[in-house]
This record gives sequence, C-alpha cells and structure tokens, in this order.
Amino acid sequence: MTALSDVSSHAMASARWRISEVAFWVLALACAFLFPSRYLIMTDIVRLGLFALSLDLILGYAGIVSLGHAAFFGVGAYSAGLLALHGIINEPVIALVAAGFVAAVLGFLTSFLVIRGVDLTRLMVTLGIALLLEALAERFSDITGGTDGLQGIEMQPILGLFTFDMFGKTGFFYSLIVLFILFLLARRVVHSPFGLSLRAIRNNPLRAAAIGVPVNRRLIAVYTLAAFYAGIAGALFTQTTALASLDVFSFERSADLMLVLVIGGTGYLYGGLIGAVVFKMLQELFQSITPQYWLFWIGLVLVVIVMVGRARIHRWVLFVPNLVIRQFAGRKAAVAVPEGDAS
Amino acid sequence: MASILTNLFDGVAYGMLLFVLACGLAVTLGLMNFVNLAHGAFAMAGGYICAVLVNQSGWPFFAALPLAFVGSAVIGIALERTLYRHLYSRSHLDQVLFSIGLVFMSVAAVDYIMGSSRVFIKLPAALEGQIDLFGVGIGRYRLMIVVICGLLTLALQLILAKTRFGSRLRAAVDDPRAAIGLGINVPQVFAFTFAFGCGLAGLGGALSAEILGLDPYFPLKFMIYFLIVVTVGGSSSITGPFLASLLLGIADVAGKYYVPKLGPFVIYTVMIVILLWRPNGLFGRTAAR
Repeated sequence: MTALSDVSSHAMASARWRISEVAFWVLALACAFLFPSRYLIMTDIVRLGLFALSLDLILGYAGIVSLGHAAFFGVGAYSAGLLALHGIINEPVIALVAAGFVAAVLGFLTSFLVIRGVDLTRLMVTLGIALLLEALAERFSDITGGTDGLQGIEMQPILGLFTFDMFGKTGFFYSLIVLFILFLLARRVVHSPFGLSLRAIRNNPLRAAAIGVPVNRRLIAVYTLAAFYAGIAGALFTQTTALASLDVFSFERSADLMLVLVIGGTGYLYGGLIGAVVFKMLQELFQSITPQYWLFWIGLVLVVIVMVGRARIHRWVLFVPNLVIRQFAGRKAAVAVPEGDAS
Repeated sequence: MASILTNLFDGVAYGMLLFVLACGLAVTLGLMNFVNLAHGAFAMAGGYICAVLVNQSGWPFFAALPLAFVGSAVIGIALERTLYRHLYSRSHLDQVLFSIGLVFMSVAAVDYIMGSSRVFIKLPAALEGQIDLFGVGIGRYRLMIVVICGLLTLALQLILAKTRFGSRLRAAVDDPRAAIGLGINVPQVFAFTFAFGCGLAGLGGALSAEILGLDPYFPLKFMIYFLIVVTVGGSSSITGPFLASLLLGIADVAGKYYVPKLGPFVIYTVMIVILLWRPNGLFGRTAAR
C-alpha cells in the first residue's frame, strides 16, 4: 500500500459516520420530545452549540485563538434584526442566510488582519475588532437602537408556514434543523482535503507551507466560513428571541464561548455542542446557588480545567462511556479523545 | 491654547498612570511571553486595599499607597508560586483561559466582598484643586501622579539597565536555558519580577481610583488598555511601553474631549492599524517570539 492511498484511506475511515454520532443526534431530537416545557433553554443551547462550532472551525482546526468571535455573532444578530425590523427580507430562512453572508463578508475583510502576526497580535486584533463594532453600534444608535437595542422585531412565519409560538417550539426545531444542516456542512468540510490541510497548518504552519499548502489562503477561507457560522448563530439569536442588544458584541460572550469549547474539547466538531450543553447546565446550577456571583464559579471551572489539563479531563470523562460502547460495538466504535489543541 | 495644554497634561498623567498599571504586564507578557489577561485584577486588589485602609481604617493616603503595592505583590507572588508557574510552558490558549478564569473569579469575589458600586478614596486636602502654572490649569492630583510615575519609570529603567538583578532578568528572558546554565535562578527571578509587576499594578490601581474609577469590573474594563500598551509598545525595553502609554493616554483624553461622539473608536482603530503595520509593536524586536 502506498503512502498516498494509506493517507486517503485513513482520512476516509475517520470521515465515516460512527454509531456514537448517530446516537448523539437521535438523542438531540429525542430531547425535543422529552422536555416539551424546556424549549427556550434548549434553543439557547442549540444556538450556543452552533456558535461554538464556529469557533471550533478556526480554533480547533486552524489554530487561530480568537478573543473577539462575538463580533460576527453580533453582526449576524443585528443584520437579522434590521432585515426583519425594516421588512427588507421577511422570510426568516432567507434573512438567516443573508445575515450569515454579511458576517462572512466581515470575516473575509478582517481575516487579512488576523492572519498577520503571532498569537498575541491575533488576540489583540480579534478583541479590538469586537470592541470596535460594539463602539460603532453604540455610536450609531439611530440605526441600532443604542443601549436599548433593537426593539419591536416581529418575525414572519418560517417559509410562510410555521409561526414562532411563545413556547419556543418552532424556534427550537428551526434552530436544531439549522444546526444539523450546518453541522453536516462543517463535517464535510473538515474531512475534506481542505480540512486536512487546515490541521496540517495548525500543527506546523511552516511545514505545511513547505509541502505546498497555501497557508494564508486556507486561513482566510476558514475564517470566513467560521464568520458565516457565527453570523448564522447570531441571526438565530435575534430571530428566536426577537431582540438584539449591544451585549451581543460583549467580551464576556467571546470568553464564555471559549469556555464552552474548552469544556467540550476542540478539534472534533462535537466539542462545541457537548460543551454548550454542559455550560448551560453549569450556568443554571450556579445561578440557582448564587444568582449574583455565578461568574465566580464559571471562572473557577476555567482555572481548574486549565490546571488539571484539558486532555486529561476529557480522558476521564470519556472513560466510562467508552467502556460501555466497547462492550456493545467493539473496540473501534469508541469515542475518540479530542485531537491536540491549538498551540 | 491653555485648554489644549491642560488636556495635554491630563493626557500625560493618564498615560503615566497607564504605564505604572501596565508595566508589570509588559514583563510577563512581553518578556516572559505569558498572556496574562488577569493583570487588571492585581491593580484592582491594590485599589481596594488602599480604599479600605483610607476610608475604613483612617490611614493617611500616602501611607496606604505602599501598602497597596505590598498587598498586591504578596497576592501576586502567592498566585505565581501556586498557579502561574505551572503555565509558563503551556500554550497561549491555556494561558488565556486560565487568566480569564482568574478575572471572572476576582470580579465576582470583589463584588461579593465590597459591593458592586464604585469606590472613592478620600484624598488629602493638599491634593485637591488645581494650581495655575503660567496660565495653564494643572490638577494637583495629576501633578502628583506625574511625579510619582515619572520617578518610578526612572527607577525601573535604572534597575533594569544597571543592577545585577536587571541583567539577570534580561538574561533569563533572552535565553532561559543558557541563564540556568550560568547559575541564574530563573524561576526565582521570574517570581520576583512577577510580584514586583503585580505590586506596581496595585500601586497604579490605588492611584487610578480617582481618575479611572474603581469598581469590580475594573479588570475587564481596562484589560484592553493594558494589552494595548504592551502590544503597541513592544517588549524590547520599558521605553516602548512607556511611550505607548503616553501616546494612548494623550490620544484617549484628547479623543474624549474633542470628538466625544466617537468614543473609544479612535483608540481601537489606531491600535489595529499599528498592529498591522508593526505586528511586534512600535518599538518591538523584529523577530517573532
């Protein structure tokens, strides 16, 4: 077997759907029917999961550490809000895609700033862009509503058929379907040669360039794609909650997002989704214990995760499920420990 | 004309304050290459120590300032010995996550202990009001800040350039392995430097309560300013961050005075442009670290 066919067969094997993955999505769908009174929080989780998926694309696969990913979330949120408020595009699905594209354009433009420089510069530039947009949104309050946010958004029925109800049922299924479609796309992307080249870049940009990977072009492409995803997540936020306020750009949102992704693990797509579930549950728990000071416990979780070591925690967590899965489906079906992280 | 000069002076005072706040970060982030977003938390600690001593225990302001320095330095060295030192060799992502976690914890803890409202430190009467210097109104408090921070800057430059400890630090930063080989106790040097930087931040926090405002969200609000000082200033010496802080201080005060509508827009734009033009900072070394 030649090296080339070995690589491609390895890539093909890792791209195959596993039982655990199917189980994950069945479980997600089952939740919709198991907890009919919890649609709002579940919508929140789905949205956060999509947002984290977007960060995973650049952090887990391309190794870009971003502190300002909320910029794209915010742009998507405001785009969707403005489109609906002024009746430019009334149909939510088209508006969703349009908002995603607005964010993608911003992502494309700012990617040139991000690919320059080392980690620290990237941190500063991404953070700076998010803060800049927040300042802009505050400045042009006649368009964005300033600190009051966009008010009076009324969403039209999805595809003209499904109206948003007050229990959030429509919103939840809508978000879940959007998440699933975008997940499929992301899965296809990261298992393609393009995705493999991203991993090569993450592991060693110099070596990737030496074997002929156009590093900067790949980074621009994935950054734009991630911005598109984040924009969609933001637009979902506006469409399902019917509001958009300045805090969509806030630093806390970007920081929380990092925590979500870190809880779930980077670089295998499900990290963001699992992390979103765990994060929201932790948040609920902490808020019920100390309503005002839950930030402390979130901070503590972050510190503990880093001190113990992310890889080690994931191994512990996956130990029992893997044991079970191995019993039923043989060795190969075990859930993989997330691959290495961004450096 | 006079108002321009007054603004300029305010800007200089603000910039010098930023320098004292951020120069500890210039060492950890710039020299030790550790992304410490929690630097503002140490400044906040110093500010609150000073506030408690002055307002509740009735200490004179100038006696409380050294205590703010010492208190923050002690907290700094305790955290360095227990937590930070394990993370020097970890990835930037880990460092970012860890320090964000610390910031969140400090914000909530201070909120819990001290309450969420802004804290004011009672100033001695000698520091209030303005003095008139050749027709230019100069705030006494700001004048004091310029004097203290100016002296500190000089002292830092001398320590770094002339003393044995300064040369040890520079050696440890340039090449830790070679420095260890020469018998320099690198972890100790780093720990001491870290504590000193935290102490300076605490002193800056105590001084800045009057100008920047002191509340539990201080570390989050001013994080970006500290980072700007270090990234824009570069890390080759303390002159870079010093000039960057002056620039930032003057630009911020002038921006708020002359174009209040644009808000912080100007500063962020300038920062992004500078970082694009010189990714290693205005006065940085050319080699990426």
